[in-house]
Amino acid sequence: MKARFVVLGGVLVAIVAASVFAPWLSPVDPNAIDLSATFQSPGWHHWFGTDQMGRDVFTRTLYGGRISLSIAFCAVLLAGFFGAIAGLLSAYLGGAFDATLMRVVDAQYALPPVFLAMLIVGICGPSVTNIVIVVTLANWGRFARIIRAEALSLRERDFILIARLAGAKPLYVVWRHLLPNVRNTFAVLLTLDIGLVIFMEAALSFVGLGVQPPDPSWGGMIADGRNYLDTAWWLSALPGLVLIATVLCSNRIGESLQRGEGAAR
Amino acid sequence: MLAYVLRRLGSALVTVWLMSMLIFLLVRMVGDPAYLLMPPEATEADRQLFREQLGLADPVPLQYARFLLGMLRGDMGNSFHFGAPALSMALTRLGSSLVLVGISLALALIVGLAMGVASAVRRDGWIDRFNTLFAVLGQAAPPFFVALLLIRLFSVQWGWLPTGGYGSWRHLILPVCALAWYSAAGIARLTRANMLTVLDADYIRMARIKGLPEHVVIGTHALRNAALPIVAFTASQFGVLIGGAVAIETVFSWPGFGSLMVEAISTLDFTVVQAAVIVSVLLFVSINLAVDVLYAVVDPRIRYRT
Amino acid sequence: MNILSVQDLVVQTPAARLVDGVSFAVRAGRTLGLVGESGSGKSVTCLSVLGLPPRGVQVSEGRILFDGEDLRTQTPAQLNALRGREIGMILQDPMTSLNPLLTIGRQITEMFRYRDGIASRAERRARAIDLLRRVRIPAPESRLDSYPHQFSGGMRQRVAIAINLACNPRLLIADEPTTALDITVRLQILDLLREVQSERGTAIVLVTHDLHLVRRYCDDVAVMYAGLIVEQGPVEAVFARPRHPYTKGLLGAVPRLRDLQHRLTVIPGQPPLPGSIAQGCRFAPRCPRAQADCASTYPAMRALDSQRSVACWHPEPSAAASDSLLAATTS
Repeated sequence: MKARFVVLGGVLVAIVAASVFAPWLSPVDPNAIDLSATFQSPGWHHWFGTDQMGRDVFTRTLYGGRISLSIAFCAVLLAGFFGAIAGLLSAYLGGAFDATLMRVVDAQYALPPVFLAMLIVGICGPSVTNIVIVVTLANWGRFARIIRAEALSLRERDFILIARLAGAKPLYVVWRHLLPNVRNTFAVLLTLDIGLVIFMEAALSFVGLGVQPPDPSWGGMIADGRNYLDTAWWLSALPGLVLIATVLCSNRIGESLQRGEGAAR
Repeated sequence: MLAYVLRRLGSALVTVWLMSMLIFLLVRMVGDPAYLLMPPEATEADRQLFREQLGLADPVPLQYARFLLGMLRGDMGNSFHFGAPALSMALTRLGSSLVLVGISLALALIVGLAMGVASAVRRDGWIDRFNTLFAVLGQAAPPFFVALLLIRLFSVQWGWLPTGGYGSWRHLILPVCALAWYSAAGIARLTRANMLTVLDADYIRMARIKGLPEHVVIGTHALRNAALPIVAFTASQFGVLIGGAVAIETVFSWPGFGSLMVEAISTLDFTVVQAAVIVSVLLFVSINLAVDVLYAVVDPRIRYRT
Repeated sequence: MNILSVQDLVVQTPAARLVDGVSFAVRAGRTLGLVGESGSGKSVTCLSVLGLPPRGVQVSEGRILFDGEDLRTQTPAQLNALRGREIGMILQDPMTSLNPLLTIGRQITEMFRYRDGIASRAERRARAIDLLRRVRIPAPESRLDSYPHQFSGGMRQRVAIAINLACNPRLLIADEPTTALDITVRLQILDLLREVQSERGTAIVLVTHDLHLVRRYCDDVAVMYAGLIVEQGPVEAVFARPRHPYTKGLLGAVPRLRDLQHRLTVIPGQPPLPGSIAQGCRFAPRCPRAQADCASTYPAMRALDSQRSVACWHPEPSAAASDSLLAATTS
């Protein structure tokens, strides 16, 4: 069990590291057009081949990873942080605050995240910041709901009661007592959310409402390769496989954590 | 039971109302349509006329009231671009998306349940291993990517199925498979997990002690108790698939709801966007309501407790 | 004639032997009490007799003779046919042994439907009502459509008994049927079982850790410790003059209403964990009578007379030099 955890973690770290160190791994401009070398299949000079404008697909995949992964991590952390705090407060304070917050979360569930994302991007324009904001907004409700449920079951426990009897203020109880105990669930949720967010961003980029060309992103690259499925399969396939590998590893790690197999306990 | 349903219904209506306000405000935030939709040479007088025609010159609360009343009457204005009633456009396109999503979800549920139950009953057997692989891959591959792979294989390479379009059952197969895989994966895993938990319970042991045939033990006792979270999950997948259908519709040129949204947003056709959002909200709120009621029907403890 | 005869039963997981060579028998119309601490292997033994061991647990050796037939040689289909018809079991926790999503009526009538093939719904319901009346559930007609959570613990256990009665089992295994119930209700449930037994001649195995109940309701008793039986025999005899030091310690630990000066015995230490393989007697580390040979060789069960046996190298003396412990459990 532990060995599998290490392998998955290793692959994930490798992908992330490759993206971070992209400029050093592949010191080529991802947007550099070279019309004399279009549609080269994967080989020694171009590990992932080149696209219709002669751009090196490997470099673009790495840089695309930078964008896609940084959007994913930011959005997940933001959604997680705000969602968790909201959920904890909601569980702890109860009453009108709780009722209102749950209505708001329900409203958020009334619209598929993609639509909400498309709306906001359509209104405010497709910049990377906006995408992060949009994905966060579409996602925080999940955290709020689940953490709230956890906290509700914790609230009745004796150690919380003792803190309240001692006169602790709500925010203090939440921070010092509730938060550490939902940490496990929170960590699992964060990990499982990465895959979802990567999907969301990829879908947005795929339909043209995400990262705009010529900047590379995995979703965008898959979209670009659509028309060349039979002639230049590597354009869509390779970035797609990297995406799948990333999501697969983070999902599996999240599930291992859920089952309590994680090393970092 | 009735009290429970009414309470949920009230909740749902509040949500719809909140969302209508939200979309109303959002759309108005984009900017003045008189500037966005008219050519730059238009005069101020023209713009003012345009505004008055669309009722945009009135105070905002009045506009909202009119919007709300219109919504209740079924009139949500006409598309800026096509002139056709926005609501009927939204509904037609929704219809074709629902066909796609509905069939995908049904397929996903059947396949997912079967795989999950088979995995739980023959735990760690070869069928369990295969199902786990299927599920793990299904949840890691974005449907639109799967769609491209399927097209590459079945349309381009072997020419069995069309690459896109709308019309016959052949056009349905690839998009449905692409969408269904993702949901089937989630359903299979959830079913397996729930069934395993339930199968350890005392009442399952009791059912066997009674000498009941195994199919009754698994079907009537185990699956029924494992079912509720699966139902809720499947309902939530509906929303996920409608969202996922956006990209799929683009890949297969399927004239659906998602592509309507994309077009309407790209062309700043506000009435259509409004109509689409309201329709979408109504749909999801209804589904969630139906799930809540279904929960109460299946699990008697819920209706007696709340 | 022994309805049930278990011989040298071994039940194990890959890591440990939970039941390590257990033999006992029950005759028609008699009740055998199976006594022991938590973890001694009582429940696992019972479930194994029925062919329903918990996950990861297997019967690896021994014979389970029901009416002369070895259950271990039966196919799953044959075993299934026996369950519910000839052999029944009542589980410990009435809260969890009934399916919360089905009505009580449904959980009774499904047996008639699937097992007995009775097609008429009316007839199934009539039989179910009859059963509920038999176990003294008031207003059975209306209770048929109630759900388990609407019943009290005692009533749920009565329903479990009703379910088991549905077919006239020759053997009934009751795994701590009253442990989860209020004291006042316990005796009612066991009296009900005794009634059933006298009516139909059912053999009963009563698993419990409550010695008062054993005294009151059992004809014979078998004491289990760490996966083995250490003493067995008729209740009166064993309780009056326990031969195994463990049995004596157990009886000494029972508080006595009539002798408030009596000091309760304490058995120092803990039972060994399953999987820790001891060479000799498993009770030796805690035994006041232990000697050198106890730790080196395992004492097999030895018959003391035609009815009693004990697994001990140095059992308590047979003369009544110790207190009459029988008095302890007379209530």
